[in-house]
Amino acid sequence: MTTIAANPADLHDHDHAHDDHKPAFFQRWFMSTNHKDIGTLYLIFAIVAGIIGGAISGLMRMELAEPGVQYLQGWATMMQGSEATLDQAYHMWNVLITAHGLIMVFFMVMPAMVGGFGNWFVPIMIGAPDMAFPRMNNISFWLLIPAFLLLLGSTFVPGGSGLGAGTGWTVYAPLSTSGSVGPAVDLAILSLHLAGASSILGAINFITTIFNMRAPGMTLNKMPLFVWSMLVTAFLLLLSLPVLAAAITMLLTDRNFGSAFFNAAGGGDPILYQHLFWFFGHPEVYIMILPGFGMISHIIATFSKKPVFGYLGMAYAMVAIGVVGFVVWAHHMFTVGLSVNMKMYFTAATMVIAVPTGIKIFSWIATMWGGSLSFKTPMVWALGFIFMFTVGGVTGVVLANGGVDDNLHDTYYVVAHFHYVLSLGAVFSIFAGFYYWFPKMSGRHYSEALGHLHFWVFFIGVNVLFFPMHFLGRQGMPRRYPDYPEAYAYWNEIASLGYAIMAAGMLIFFINIAYALVAGRRAEGNYWGEGATTLEWTLSSPPPFHQFETLPVIK
Amino acid sequence: MAPTAGKGMPVDKGVDFQEQYSELGEYAHWLDTSVLLPIIVAISLLVLALLIWVMVRYRAAANPNPSRVTHNTAIEVIWTLVPVLILVGVAVPSIDLLAKQYKPAPADAVTVKVTGYQWYWGYSYPDNGDFEVVSNMLDEAEAAKRGEPHQLAVDNRMVVPAGEPIRIITTASDVIHSFAVPSLWFKMDAVPGRSNEKMLTIKEPGVYYGQCSELCGARHGFMPIAVEALPRAKFDAWVRAQGGTVKGDEVAAAAAPAAAPPAAPAAATTTSAAQGAAAAAAAPAAAQ
Repeated sequence: MTTIAANPADLHDHDHAHDDHKPAFFQRWFMSTNHKDIGTLYLIFAIVAGIIGGAISGLMRMELAEPGVQYLQGWATMMQGSEATLDQAYHMWNVLITAHGLIMVFFMVMPAMVGGFGNWFVPIMIGAPDMAFPRMNNISFWLLIPAFLLLLGSTFVPGGSGLGAGTGWTVYAPLSTSGSVGPAVDLAILSLHLAGASSILGAINFITTIFNMRAPGMTLNKMPLFVWSMLVTAFLLLLSLPVLAAAITMLLTDRNFGSAFFNAAGGGDPILYQHLFWFFGHPEVYIMILPGFGMISHIIATFSKKPVFGYLGMAYAMVAIGVVGFVVWAHHMFTVGLSVNMKMYFTAATMVIAVPTGIKIFSWIATMWGGSLSFKTPMVWALGFIFMFTVGGVTGVVLANGGVDDNLHDTYYVVAHFHYVLSLGAVFSIFAGFYYWFPKMSGRHYSEALGHLHFWVFFIGVNVLFFPMHFLGRQGMPRRYPDYPEAYAYWNEIASLGYAIMAAGMLIFFINIAYALVAGRRAEGNYWGEGATTLEWTLSSPPPFHQFETLPVIK
Repeated sequence: MAPTAGKGMPVDKGVDFQEQYSELGEYAHWLDTSVLLPIIVAISLLVLALLIWVMVRYRAAANPNPSRVTHNTAIEVIWTLVPVLILVGVAVPSIDLLAKQYKPAPADAVTVKVTGYQWYWGYSYPDNGDFEVVSNMLDEAEAAKRGEPHQLAVDNRMVVPAGEPIRIITTASDVIHSFAVPSLWFKMDAVPGRSNEKMLTIKEPGVYYGQCSELCGARHGFMPIAVEALPRAKFDAWVRAQGGTVKGDEVAAAAAPAAAPPAAPAAATTTSAAQGAAAAAAAPAAAQ
């Protein structure tokens, strides 16, 4: 995509001593203004949150492995320190599904993609020394810590039938207002406020950086696709999060100050909350996948030793997905009682998104067509991503049909769909990006063999885990149920088995990272060779503390 | 009425939709089985085949010198337009299904008002004397005793006539619930302060199970739905047994004040034309 005129690595050697002057530990990690250090903090945060969110889904799969309620009451008793009633146990289930959703969306995928990889590589890829607002970057990260603590803390205070917020990640009124007495939901809402503020500040930072700090010669149409994906993502964040903030602020005032925005008895409308939430919520799902699209483009190009096919089409497909993503939100609300015209419009508009998504899938395949493919760890994750995202995408086309959705809405089919695009889409792209850039960030190589093993075990695990959910959903099993009729037992047991396989895959991942950090071979500047053409490969691994003090020039 | 095994309920190891017992359900099921499913399987297999092909044909060992081709306008136009055409093809039956689903019930259709409560359902019959049936889940032992599936069986079912359009109105008294019956292709949220209306025609008598499908608090998973569709005569008898009235009863009662409802065999001769059909159906039921 871009060719470098002068090799900045040479320039960097010149004032090496000045570049690598790092502040002391506390100042470096707690008062950081360095985009790479902040990116590292985000990645560590995402891994910690991912472990917690993943463990919660483990509890859920354990309970669902067979019909009946086996463990919930014990867990609820443990949480509250006194014998739990059945209702408190059922409430605990709702707390688990809520926490799993919120943690994975706001504290795992977004911090990893936007905060982690975005911070690390957007400035480097555009040839900038750092982000536009380094101190704001720091506050973006540190707002996430209290946000996460508020969410975790909410599980220890009353939230209605038991401890914690059991509203689902969507926090629908009136379950979240009159339906949940106690401070837990207030704490969860404040957590979302802080996480949202963090992301808005981050989005402002990315937009400013990308528009103003590109190296000389790097026009928008020469910009690496990962930067394009982050630019679109930042705009989605900037436009959608304030709407979420407004909606949950209205929840707070409905809960605490007697307003009636979503209370029908006071002239409000519960459906208004859903419109506001999904006006944010739908762009949010593209926020979680677009950076992945960017990373996959680079990885496919690198390991095909070929530039990305149809670069402009790829960039504008992402812009199109971002724009159309704002006008399809009510497909999440097909059963609330929309008028026939609305349902027809949202059916048609939603199906339109398949077109730019298809362009991306086919362009990735065309990039490989005629290439010289080497199957390094990031590449196998990227190939897995393309197929799994396709499977998740086509079930999205089924769900887009409002009349068909009448049966599938709020069933496990939907759970299967969004885990295929997120757990097998976004998460595969995160692993692909992680394996692609880990030696660049840490200076150490991981074990290729363990990386491949991680892929295969994880790939088999998540498919065994999520594919049977399509069957459960078509058979009518609703989401968010701690117990189910005997007929659903077979596929649920298989899904729980899939979780165990997936968890074993994660263990391999952590062993591999530990191995790399302790005994990994040192990584050279461009360890992927001729296919890797973006600016980060012109720097050492890890890059100097401050890069590009003399700006690179792009031809 | 005892449920039929495998009808109106999920089946063990099932992978498809439940068998459909409403006309629109059959249409929607056809749309999935004959249009959507073949298309999405074909697209997934096409992508898989292309991936395998490039992985084999263009692996470094087989193709050491990569091409530099990054543009081909023709193919880009094709992979934009072909999906558009496929989607247009899907949209035609899809939009048609939506239009049919929104057809309102005829004016004389039986109306059932479904109210979601934390955590049970209430079914009231505003045109039949406005009595309300409260429906709670049966515990495991009781469900087994009655030969019904646990988690789906209820003490009092929502009873409706089979083979004719009925009007279902959903609302809720506390938080949002969702009234859903998979084997009837029916799902409608029950929202406090709103009433949602939809027509449903159940093709044949039977028991059709469903479950609340909008998170509504602790016992969200424990407020199942059981719809019992009966032949019209039996439905009328059931309504009267609940203390309700069937259209035509009042007229009959006025015509023969001595006869206490529901025993009104004279109704068929005294009703107006509009009510004739309902009363004709009611008469044999009353006679039973």
